[in-house]
Amino acid sequence: MRTETEIGYNSKIEGDVIVTRVDAALNWFRKNSVWPMPMGLACCAIELMAAGASRFDISRFGSEVMRFSPRQSDCMIVAGTVTYKMAGAVKRIYDQMPEPRWVIAMGACASTGGMYRSYAVLQGVDNIVPVDIYISGCPPRPEAVLDALMKLQAKISTQPVLENLMAVKALQHH
Amino acid sequence: MTALESAKKIKAKFGDLISEPAEFRGETTVQLADAEKIAEVCACAKNDLGFDYLMDISSVDNYGDDPRWMVVYHLRGLRHGGELRIKTGVSEEKSELPTVTTVWKTADWHEREIFDMMGLRFSGHPDLRRILMWEGYPYFPLRKDFPLAGKPTELPGVAFTKTAPLEGGPFVTVAGGGDATGREPRVRPPKE
Repeated sequence: MRTETEIGYNSKIEGDVIVTRVDAALNWFRKNSVWPMPMGLACCAIELMAAGASRFDISRFGSEVMRFSPRQSDCMIVAGTVTYKMAGAVKRIYDQMPEPRWVIAMGACASTGGMYRSYAVLQGVDNIVPVDIYISGCPPRPEAVLDALMKLQAKISTQPVLENLMAVKALQHH
Repeated sequence: MTALESAKKIKAKFGDLISEPAEFRGETTVQLADAEKIAEVCACAKNDLGFDYLMDISSVDNYGDDPRWMVVYHLRGLRHGGELRIKTGVSEEKSELPTVTTVWKTADWHEREIFDMMGLRFSGHPDLRRILMWEGYPYFPLRKDFPLAGKPTELPGVAFTKTAPLEGGPFVTVAGGGDATGREPRVRPPKE
């Protein structure tokens, strides 16, 4: 006898029906498969790699699918020093990511320019893209990356998906 | 043949253009009086004296002095292991000297870096473009009269720069001793 339905819960225990809001369901899908765009620019990228490897294992949070194409990713993790020369490329890659999209500024450099108070370094990636989560550290440990990911998941789960969709629809009708 | 002997041979060939070889801590340096002759001197060093490897070219901004620029060539002979340093001054009005890419191809990027950071031009260079900053950036950041914090620029669609907040800086670390909080980079005005 079949005990599980196609959407993956145990009907013996939970019954055949669960009730939820569409927002909550959509956000549940979204937050558990955040595909990161690893914008590795400096030593933070090494820690990001460690976060993806077996010891820390970012796949426990559904984010193991690092996509090197902006068109297939949800969350840009800016890991490292953003120079002014690179800033244009970072912005362009962000612009190519489909909605919904999020940004994590990993480490001191991406957050504020860090120790590079210099003519060559962008003083925080939030000058060019909207940042959702900042991670402190130089570089942050992989645990901090995982913590940021969990905070991002908490943030995603509060976002009003339907309301936003309606707003976009309304704009398109006008 | 030691580097000193090589330097003496260069001096014998070019005469008054080359200074007496100076030795300091086992390193040999000669000064070239006329920067226009740098390619010939380098060709001689490579072809006659076996300095087949150009390790580096660097530039110095002696701001306020004349000549303002000093270009320094670091040569090494991979067969005989000797190292030789050639220095030559370039005036600010001229800000130009001959390329040595005709002698060592590796000089290409070294010279582009000096052009980018210091604004010296190398006549005869095959591809004299900026290498670290972007085409269209108007300043030369390693010059002494360029502020550490940078200057604002805007090149729409390419890049922009803003002045970095030094907040009384520059930020410097304290070497050794103390805890991490005490050592980390902060604004520390130089002590009188």
